[in-house]
Amino acid sequence: MQNILIIGAASAIAEATARLFAAQGANMFLMARSQERLSGIAGDLKVRGAGSVRTASLDANDIDAHQAALDAAYTSMGRFDVVLVAYGTLGDQKKCEADPDEALRELQTNAMSTVSLLSRLANIMERQGSGTLAVISSVAGDRGRPANYVYGASKAAVTAFCEGLRSRLYRKGVHVLTVKPGMVDSPMTEGMELPAALLAKPEEVARDIVEAIRRKQDVLYTPWYWRFVMMGIIHLPVKVFKRLSL
Amino acid sequence: MKISGWGRYPVVDAQVAYPKTPGGLDDALRACPEGAIARGLGRSYGDSSLGGNMISTRWLDHMLAFDEETGLLHCEAGVTLNGILEVFAPRGWFLPVTPGTRFVTVGGAIASDVHGKNHHVAGCFCDHVGFIDLALEPGRTLRCSPHENPELFRATCGGMGLTGIIRSASIRLKPVGSLLIDQVTYKSPNLRESLELFALHESSPYSVAWIDCISGGESLGRSLLMTGDHAPEGEPEKGSRTSRIDLPVDLPSALLNRYSIKAFNTLYYHRIRAKSVVSRLYYEPFFYPLDSIGGWNRMYGSNGFTQYQFVVPKEGGYPAMDAILKEIVASGRGSFLAVLKAFGRRNANLLSFPVEGFTLALDFKVEKELFPLLDRLDAMVLGYGGRLYLTKDSRMSAESFRRGYPDWERFQAVREAYGAKGRFISQQSKRVGLD
Repeated sequence: MQNILIIGAASAIAEATARLFAAQGANMFLMARSQERLSGIAGDLKVRGAGSVRTASLDANDIDAHQAALDAAYTSMGRFDVVLVAYGTLGDQKKCEADPDEALRELQTNAMSTVSLLSRLANIMERQGSGTLAVISSVAGDRGRPANYVYGASKAAVTAFCEGLRSRLYRKGVHVLTVKPGMVDSPMTEGMELPAALLAKPEEVARDIVEAIRRKQDVLYTPWYWRFVMMGIIHLPVKVFKRLSL
Repeated sequence: MKISGWGRYPVVDAQVAYPKTPGGLDDALRACPEGAIARGLGRSYGDSSLGGNMISTRWLDHMLAFDEETGLLHCEAGVTLNGILEVFAPRGWFLPVTPGTRFVTVGGAIASDVHGKNHHVAGCFCDHVGFIDLALEPGRTLRCSPHENPELFRATCGGMGLTGIIRSASIRLKPVGSLLIDQVTYKSPNLRESLELFALHESSPYSVAWIDCISGGESLGRSLLMTGDHAPEGEPEKGSRTSRIDLPVDLPSALLNRYSIKAFNTLYYHRIRAKSVVSRLYYEPFFYPLDSIGGWNRMYGSNGFTQYQFVVPKEGGYPAMDAILKEIVASGRGSFLAVLKAFGRRNANLLSFPVEGFTLALDFKVEKELFPLLDRLDAMVLGYGGRLYLTKDSRMSAESFRRGYPDWERFQAVREAYGAKGRFISQQSKRVGLD
């Protein structure tokens, strides 16, 4: 059975993905901040068919704790077949504009801490010589938009980092998947006025992720139409783009 | 935010809380001292889950325990029937009772005490519930079951969320030999024969009829009765596993008029030529034919629709159905497909809808002229000793409710005794006098 490590296991996308792996009988190691959330999710995954489920509380911003947490998980599992990095915050853009420290905190949570975790995971996986690193970035990282460019900048960093990592690890038999979800109906977007027709369910995104891991896809836009939406947005000339309030 | 039930009528402006943990539910309750109502997947048609303050169980959807020996599943209220089937159907377990959609939560199924095609042999959903953990106020949760706080259990099952917020419940799943259903479809030319067919097939585990509510005269009440049972094993017929499509936009409501609906009903009735047809299919198209069209509620246009479902007692059932159906046919407002079903005996739950007799459910698109017709139908249904289903309702009067549900005073007494009165209220409960 597959060994799956999930960092940010309490996120809606991560939990939906974990349920699909549980149905396949996978062994899971879950990390998230809240022990209350972790124990609820672990119990649920066991009923759904997971082989074994272990948990550890981890705050991604506690960089000093990263290495020990990953080493403990690796020792406990013996091998990582899939690592899913799925945490993040969708910060308040207006607050970031008014308070530069807030902007830096956003970058810390969504980019710096991810760089720390991925660098350490890359070394573990490189030694192991197999497995998949699946990282949730965002369509927001494809272009800086006035509505959320702080979040977008952090995800752009994750996307570029993963692209380089993919080439580095490719020769070592490790696969890197960059996941770029569009708008997802989850606690992250709760209270935002978003068009219902463009709002994907976490379950749909999860199915796409599991399939992309299986097929060793490099970059996944999910749901699929975001690939075309973003293709259009990426190719807009700056002269036009700067006039739009996207 | 603006929010509605499945019928998209009425629409209310509400504060909706989405607690993510059991503790979060206490916080949400604490934040609404003026009263709140639980919301699951929003599949009740009218205003049962609507109110100024709503608490969604969407993220409280964890499975807690499963006993492989007995089939007893303990899960949080936000777990959906679809979620249960995805996990357990491949392992040979099935829902003891399921309504016509699998997109409802366990909490909602209990609050509505839903029924299915096997009501005549298996009763309602809550007849298979072991216990319920009910949040009565912040920090106070009581377990109720047929043996523990039984009066609270009888009020909570079918109680429309008005006794508290269901945190979790245990359900007895049933073992099945395969995921297939052996179905027989019988054709009936008129109402009398349609009702007789139910009696004839009362030993079939599942039975339901699609009935034509447009044609009058000699064809009044013509129907297709479908009976079914879980196949012991085997393969389905080709093409019986339906794919899913979505209806992403509102259709113009003028598309549904008496001509298009009549054409559809005629085609549907003549779908089979023989007197009866045998087939073997996956359970999905048998139990959930409409689930394959995501957002089918948009078919009735942007004003929304109401589903009118009533039951009349078995005694005098034929003349009652005959008179009511004639009224519907004369109005020309009948819908696409109406569903007819014979219920078995009622259970002891105070507000559960089913009583032994016949139930008819049909959709009407919402327009001004509809409401006088529904008021006339109400008077007929109540006159024949029947009642309306709260889960589908968006407009019945307090007087109609009290006549149809004589146990309402006992229900109120239980709410009073457990401090639920005023704490759990919906737009519907205020309208029907359960405040």
